[in-house]
Amino acid sequence: MNNKIVIFLASFLLPLIGKAQDATSPQMADTFRSEGKIYVVIAVLAIVFLCIVAYLIYIDIKVKKLENKN
Amino acid sequence: MIKWWKILSVILILYTLVWGMLGSVPHLDILNETIRNVYYHVPIWFAMLFQMGYSVVYAIKHLSKDDFNSDIVSEQAAQTGLFFAIPGLLTGCMWAKFTWGTWWTFEDPKLNGVAIAVLIYLAYFILRSSIEDEQKRARIAAVYNIFAFVMMFVFIMILPRLTDSLHPGNGGNPAFGKYDLDLNMRIVFYPAVIGWILFSLWILDVKKRVALINHKRNEQ
Repeated sequence: MNNKIVIFLASFLLPLIGKAQDATSPQMADTFRSEGKIYVVIAVLAIVFLCIVAYLIYIDIKVKKLENKN
Repeated sequence: MIKWWKILSVILILYTLVWGMLGSVPHLDILNETIRNVYYHVPIWFAMLFQMGYSVVYAIKHLSKDDFNSDIVSEQAAQTGLFFAIPGLLTGCMWAKFTWGTWWTFEDPKLNGVAIAVLIYLAYFILRSSIEDEQKRARIAAVYNIFAFVMMFVFIMILPRLTDSLHPGNGGNPAFGKYDLDLNMRIVFYPAVIGWILFSLWILDVKKRVALINHKRNEQ
């Protein structure tokens, strides 16, 4: 059971194995990710999403309290 | 306590936010990096379709068992589904502007279909609010819900496939054919679909419980 979970989580790391790129391929932001502070953008996305989640949890708990009162 | 599938939805979406940006994608002309929108725009529509499906299942449940709670769930699911159509439409417009060169085109049957489907569901809520009697409202709404779901399915999933469409997978365009084989995209896309469906279920869960409390209060 534990092995399955480990394999499942490890499968998320597969994109790390990047592909080699042609010099003539369409324009992509390949160097952007290493030089352009893209990690900051990802962190911002994650913070925005987590704030929404936190709000949803807060509402969820509030509803639970109401349910218990009734 | 927060249920396990709610936590799972957050983990999956968070993973797709990070790997959707960092993972490697196929290098395609016109699309360029916007191909990553597949991770965010498409799962939101899947969540919408899932909610509408959930709604029609509970509509049928109401009709067969005459169970009033099913009607409440059915209405709340339709509301949640319609809510997910908003970011779906907005992200679609955004993506269209920078790849097809226009915010909206009436030449694409999928866009027209979505517009009609949204109107059909808006009519569902108008129909609901126009009937005073609770029993009657629940039954008529449930019947209309079945009609609305079938129409939406025809307009979004069937008609665009029969004619020409700019959307992949429609009108002879390869679906995810080109990048479906790309394992790098699949391992982000599928978790994103599951994550957003679970997240929409979480929103539905909260909305449903509030509606049930409200219903109980009104009865007293």
